[in-house]
Amino acid sequence: MAMTATVGHAHADPHHIGVVIEHPGPAPKRTVTAYGFWVFLLSDIVMFSCFFAAYAVLVSQTADGPKGSEIFEQRNVAIETVCLLLSSFTCGMASIAADVRNRFWFYLGMAVTCVLGLIFLAIEFKEFADLVARGYGPSRSAFLTAFFSLVGCHGLHVSAGVLWLLTMMAQVFAKGFRADVLRRMMCFALFWHALDIIWVGVFSVVYLLGSGV
Amino acid sequence: MLGKLDWSAIPFDQPIPLIAGGVVLVGILAVLIWVVVKGHLPYLWHEWITSVDHKRIGVMYILLASVMLLRGGSDAIMMRIQQAIAYQSQGYLPPEHYNQIFSAHGTIMIFFVAMPFVIGLMNLVVPLQLGVRDVAFPTLNSVGFWLTATGALLVNLSLVIGEFARTGWLAFPPLSELSYSPGVGVDYYAWSLQISGVGTLVAGINLVTTVLKLRTKGMNYLRMPMFCWTTLASNLLIVAAFPILTATLAMLLLDRYLGFHFFTNEAGGNVMMFMNLIWAWGHPEVYILVLPAFGIFSEVVSTFSGKALFGYRSMVLATMAICVISFMVWLHHFFTMGAGPDVNAIFGIASMIIAVPTGVKIYNWLFTMYGGRIRFATPMLWAVGFMVTFIIGGLTGVLVAVPPADFMLHNSMFLVAHFHNVIIGGVLFGAFAGFEYWFPKAFGFRLDERWGKMAFWFTFTGFYVTFVPLYVAGMLGMTRRLQHYNVAEWRPWMIVAAIGMAVLSIGVICQIMQLVVSIRNREALRDRTGDPWDGRSLEWATSSPPPVFNFAFHPDVRGEDAYWDMKIHAQQQSLEHDVPEYQDIEMPRNSPTGFVCAFFATIMGFALIWHIWWMVILGGIGAFATFVVFAWRDHDEYVIPAAEVAAIDRVNLEERRSLVSLAGAI
Ligand code: HEM
Ligand SMILES: [Cu+2]
Repeated sequence: MAMTATVGHAHADPHHIGVVIEHPGPAPKRTVTAYGFWVFLLSDIVMFSCFFAAYAVLVSQTADGPKGSEIFEQRNVAIETVCLLLSSFTCGMASIAADVRNRFWFYLGMAVTCVLGLIFLAIEFKEFADLVARGYGPSRSAFLTAFFSLVGCHGLHVSAGVLWLLTMMAQVFAKGFRADVLRRMMCFALFWHALDIIWVGVFSVVYLLGSGV
Repeated sequence: MLGKLDWSAIPFDQPIPLIAGGVVLVGILAVLIWVVVKGHLPYLWHEWITSVDHKRIGVMYILLASVMLLRGGSDAIMMRIQQAIAYQSQGYLPPEHYNQIFSAHGTIMIFFVAMPFVIGLMNLVVPLQLGVRDVAFPTLNSVGFWLTATGALLVNLSLVIGEFARTGWLAFPPLSELSYSPGVGVDYYAWSLQISGVGTLVAGINLVTTVLKLRTKGMNYLRMPMFCWTTLASNLLIVAAFPILTATLAMLLLDRYLGFHFFTNEAGGNVMMFMNLIWAWGHPEVYILVLPAFGIFSEVVSTFSGKALFGYRSMVLATMAICVISFMVWLHHFFTMGAGPDVNAIFGIASMIIAVPTGVKIYNWLFTMYGGRIRFATPMLWAVGFMVTFIIGGLTGVLVAVPPADFMLHNSMFLVAHFHNVIIGGVLFGAFAGFEYWFPKAFGFRLDERWGKMAFWFTFTGFYVTFVPLYVAGMLGMTRRLQHYNVAEWRPWMIVAAIGMAVLSIGVICQIMQLVVSIRNREALRDRTGDPWDGRSLEWATSSPPPVFNFAFHPDVRGEDAYWDMKIHAQQQSLEHDVPEYQDIEMPRNSPTGFVCAFFATIMGFALIWHIWWMVILGGIGAFATFVVFAWRDHDEYVIPAAEVAAIDRVNLEERRSLVSLAGAI
């Protein structure tokens, strides 16, 4: 299609807005993948914001059930938060290790991330189980509905993340640091960090604000 | 073992759905047997079902939409007949059956006709217009399509196994809550939208990334064809709005399955929250549908006027303005629910503001036509028909956006007329225009013009005869969704509307005839040039149908209307072509991932609807296994050697040279 080899600029830029920066063509695969995954993460955040909104609407609808301040345990939440923030760090280490193709540090970073994620999930699961045992399950009141859904939705994401993490370790084990494996690793890291950010939102909106009232 | 599923799920006492379902089943079986006996199965499997080629996937989307259009259309015919005869009588449909029909009709038309049609056209055309080889994530693209197909399959399954929702196409609670809708109807509704919604989101992410990151050399933002711009806007809306639908339906499902209290009447649930959430998705949704249609009209109007699009930049601006504003007006869907005058006034004004960029667009199309050399080929007919119709629909839209007027017109036949006016006159006309316009590109032969024009005129006339009476009936106070009524003044209008429906159906038959006739005469209608309409954008720069890799080289774009420029300059400079240096091309390999994914999604969806928990787990494991198997592939690309590229491209170049010299003669 090189038919238009010599075209004056007056033609190329009919509106005379000045210099046209020529678009270089399709972006490299790594950029495209990361970009697409970012767009997905944005859409996921929109989904979370619906649950945040629902929580904000329903937080005072306790239907004579317990309020937030009566059921939240700050100590557990603090441990959960520390676990998750640390796991973001170790996940970052694993990413760097993958970039420099160091298997040992990669496995170590991923394993620690996995353990921290599992601790987080275990604490959350225990919190939920205790509440249900005390009769404060999600169908007790609209407030508890919103609470369980918002926190549980994040928990489901973490569980999916753990599954993905294990798959990534297996992939590196079986295939090494191939280009497509590295692209997936990059997406996984983005995902894991995004979950961290969302947790900061959950932590502030649900637990910090909630224990005040 | 089988959850709620038993023999009572099959409606033996209702002949209509059973017979309809039976006929469809026999039809599908017949086609399947024919395919297997004739030995077409391997071809179908390798060339279509597992294909990750954006053109093939686009075609399959459109095929799905067309089939579902017939299904949704039969529902429409049944409703029009019912309302024509149900004056002081029960009509021929039992009430709860009528309720299922209007719910299924709305759901199908929006989610399984309009959506797949526009997504199919975008898939088919956008990579070609951008001058690239495929979308950003080809395998994901196939997953998206097959998940949409799963949703459609589940909806149709409800016809024979169980029932569909009786709640209207948006399943408002508390009617859709377990206490008022204990059957599986709402579950069918919610799970099919949930699954196909994931497919839509995937398509949206894919197309956004494609437009933003994969344009060919020199294709700056302000050189993209208008259709690419509206695709971008529409898919940005998908990415921003569909997660809201997912979340809302998830909440409804949690209420129904686990006794949560998001939208219930008791324990502090909040029904208004559903209204806000669903319309925060729903209003953008109508622009998700209509923006691509605007893009199609822009392409069609400029091509058939032989002129560049008037006011290209204002068109871009208007598109992006609509994209943003459409998120700020959702509340106009419940003016009547007591938000108070201030809130209503603000949202009323915001709603009317959208009319401004839309008006800009209409004027731009008119000015493009003004002074142009207009050819009234079928796509152009649809475009002109659209402009007339959409202006009426837009005006009635502004009318219902006035809160006091809306207190009268809300939930009336007037509203029904309004949104059909914009959706049929806008989205469906756009889809048909695009279908006629790009058909030669997809299949290599043109469609028969005579049948096409007849299809247009019958549909156009039928549309007005059907929906103008509904405006009148609405003014006379008729509310929507009536199973039967006792008001004598409404009767004549319902009868006229039913006649209109018959005319409309003739239009549909003409369209089918057009396909049949064109396929039969395909040799005579063959498009050898790749450019049957004397087009202006890059999709016309390759052969029809394009080779898998679309372009042997990434075209080099130097201005708006990329291909038009190339043609003009090729003429002026009468370039002697030296033989280009071809290179190997890497293309993504076919993959059954999408199909397998959809298979498990169908199993899981069906099991969830009927509470068959072991089957849900099975489906889940299957889906995860598919994911891992896909991730385990070693070779996801194959190479087309340069020699083969050259052989394919040489033919195309020859045709194009003869075309250029032909154009030079004019
Ligand atoms: C000029 C622009 C438009 C304005 C001001 C407008 C305004 C409105 C308003 C205020 C309603 C709610 C009325 C009520 O419930 O009482 C409505 C309903 C509706 N509109 Fe529009 N509209 C416009 C364009 C469109 C377009 C372009 C589409 C589709 C492509 C569309 C599709 C619909 C649908 C489907 C409904 C009915 C929803 C339902 O309640 O079932 N509108 N419109
Ligand atoms: Cu609206």
